[in-house]
Amino acid sequence: MSDSEPAKKGKGAVFVQAEICKGCSYCIEFCPTHSLEFSQEFNSKGYHYPVLAKPEACSGCDLCGLYCPDFAIFGVRIKEPVKKP
Amino acid sequence: MSEVLAENPVLSYLRQDRLPHIWCPGCGIGTTVNCFARALKESGLDMNKVVVVSGIGCTGRVAGYMNLDSFHTTHGRPIPFATGLKLANPELKVVVYSGDGDLSAIGGNHFVHAARRNMDIMVVCVTNFTYGMTGGQVAPTTPIGATQTTMPYGNFENPFNLPFLADACGAVYVARWTVFHVRQLARAMKEGLAKKGFVFIEALAPCPTLYSRRNKLGDGVDQLKYYKEKSAIKNGADTKEAALSFQGDIIVGKFVDRERPTWLDAMNRHYSNVFQGKYRPYGQPYGVSNAKD
Repeated sequence: MSDSEPAKKGKGAVFVQAEICKGCSYCIEFCPTHSLEFSQEFNSKGYHYPVLAKPEACSGCDLCGLYCPDFAIFGVRIKEPVKKP
Repeated sequence: MSEVLAENPVLSYLRQDRLPHIWCPGCGIGTTVNCFARALKESGLDMNKVVVVSGIGCTGRVAGYMNLDSFHTTHGRPIPFATGLKLANPELKVVVYSGDGDLSAIGGNHFVHAARRNMDIMVVCVTNFTYGMTGGQVAPTTPIGATQTTMPYGNFENPFNLPFLADACGAVYVARWTVFHVRQLARAMKEGLAKKGFVFIEALAPCPTLYSRRNKLGDGVDQLKYYKEKSAIKNGADTKEAALSFQGDIIVGKFVDRERPTWLDAMNRHYSNVFQGKYRPYGQPYGVSNAKD
């Protein structure tokens, strides 16, 4: 593959189950594309949970899902946009 | 953006009604469970034939969170229970999931002898260098110089080098990874699930509430940064050199991967030789039927 090929935007997404997050920041710290950050809001236990701050940077690699000790986040790769029915 | 199904890939391996779990924010045990669930997913094993046995302690709670047949034994006795389970029903894949204090202090002798006999079980030891559930007492793995509630002026006892112990006792697979090395840990667990014999996987995990706080080492994520900075991957390294020191260098990797007859195989072979045709071999691991006899 040549370097000239532009990086596709928004290849992935993350899903956060905010209520079981304990705000340990593993996912934020070790996200390879640094696309996560803490939310401004609290969950009901008083923790800040991660939010996808840079959706265009997320590659959907699911490393956040592998690091999460609370099973509260996971990433998915988004396939090429399909034709709308 | 196309619609995607939002289903966490590990949730079906967990008892979801029990979440959120009791582990502290920043505790590494949850990450090891995450790796284990992914290893189970990739292993292709029948989940009705996989059993998790845990002892007492923070890591001992794993048995309660896995959506498998599981047993939470008394303190230090997961290996004897797992041995009995394996011998009573050799079709099962038995995984012992416990902490360093449970496995190497209270259950130290069981650990040594299960490795010596090459009992066909997989042992995952989550090493957090302390007794987390009971208030941060000195564990057999606590490095020299670390402060604990029972060693307020720093620990002076020489700690165990668990991979070396397992190797010396005859384990067929010995690996150590940290919670920072999630992909390698998940791969080691997958290999361990496929391996026959005594498999020992040590996972170093932070204990932010007791070990890190008493030693002023910051949060769980600070310990992961330390793992990232100080660990060196040396596959096949001599386990003798894999000793840990307080906040010092960590040698991680797959140290041992060898073949030895398991206890059941050795027994069957021995008695087949002694009694010739009169002896009917007992049990075949992993669902291999005895149809030939």
